[in-house]
Amino acid sequence: MGLISRPQPDVVSYDPKGGDGWVTTRLDFLVNWGRANSLWPMPFGTACCAIEFMASAASQFDLARFGMERMSFSPRQADVLICAGRVPFKLAPVIRRIWQQMLQPKWCISMGACASTGGMFDNYAVVQGIDTIIPVDVYVPGCPPRPEGLIYGIMMLQEKVKRERGADTSIRNEMDPDPTSQLYIPPSAINELSEPFGNSVNQTRSGL
Amino acid sequence: MVSGSALPSDAPAPATSRNVGHRGGPVNPSADALREKFGSAVRRVDVVWGETSVVVDGTRLQGIVRWLHDDASQRYEYLSDLTAVEFRDTEQPIEVVWHLRSLAYRRFLRLKVLLAKGAPLEVASVWPIYKGADWFERECYDMFGIRFAGHPDLRRILMWEQYKEGFPLRKDFPLRGRFSRAEQLRQALAANPEARYSMEELSIADAFEDLPQEMRARLRSGEKTGE
Repeated sequence: MGLISRPQPDVVSYDPKGGDGWVTTRLDFLVNWGRANSLWPMPFGTACCAIEFMASAASQFDLARFGMERMSFSPRQADVLICAGRVPFKLAPVIRRIWQQMLQPKWCISMGACASTGGMFDNYAVVQGIDTIIPVDVYVPGCPPRPEGLIYGIMMLQEKVKRERGADTSIRNEMDPDPTSQLYIPPSAINELSEPFGNSVNQTRSGL
Repeated sequence: MVSGSALPSDAPAPATSRNVGHRGGPVNPSADALREKFGSAVRRVDVVWGETSVVVDGTRLQGIVRWLHDDASQRYEYLSDLTAVEFRDTEQPIEVVWHLRSLAYRRFLRLKVLLAKGAPLEVASVWPIYKGADWFERECYDMFGIRFAGHPDLRRILMWEQYKEGFPLRKDFPLRGRFSRAEQLRQALAANPEARYSMEELSIADAFEDLPQEMRARLRSGEKTGE
């Protein structure tokens, strides 16, 4: 397959020539292990994806196995925002405010075609991908994705969390939107992402 | 007001009608009653797929609906829908449609008013007769820009109140909106998420007397939140 070999997130690797010392790599491993296995989701369910999300959380698929013991219906006690469903423009300031109310460290999963790209709703009312409003870590494709798909996305997020390094503080920077326009990416980028198929071709597997 | 069915006790049980033709068939007796009562205000009566549509004069709409609602021989007590139709032919007038149902007589009547394109799109509100018309008329205003004279609080309901692009269901509205996506997003994000509801909606009428004095005064003056 020609896949690039990448470090195992579940194995503590120590490179004596690297910048990180032995203690910090162990500490990172411990902290990341704890964080990755206790992600509390903030469900932002607006459409049929939320039904699949509820199925994932219920007994058959049981998100509690991944440490998502409890749906956090308050953004202030949540770690990961799961946007399940299409987001109309009228909800754009709402999801932006919920994201800003969440505490660092925080992650975001965009669940389903509509949340990731606008899906079939290429019209005047629907945001063409929530990554034009808030930064997204994992995109889950599907219309709607089955619970297995969402769980795969969650496991990808766990892998991402496990590879974070405490020395790298840039990943914790809050993305401040432009104070006048409230956009955090340039308008030309938003227009490009909102073209038909624009957002769906730009979503790669985010390096994982 | 009399309650319950006005039909005789030996009236046949309601059944799904079969073999309904596209045009023609039994006319709702209310159409003839309207002709007799209002004369020239009734412009046209059609029967389409077994349902009667009556095109009426817009200036006399409120009197007609009031009579249909109040008269003991009609009793159209339920407004099941209110919407508008615009046709691709730009010369053709916009139709505003009311769906009325008489539960007592098991009748369904569709009223239409034609609004010519050149004139301002305005028609009388039926809110004084059916309180449920409130949100129907707001939606119709939001999507088509039709003003309902006499509506107590005519403002947008689906799009946010500062929405600047026009009326989305009009034929001259582009599907993706008038502005670029970035501009649409900028305007949407500029809206205050808590300014969508008027203080009247936020304050439940029963709790009004429990509110502080100065808040009651502000509510009476019609102030809205966060604007």
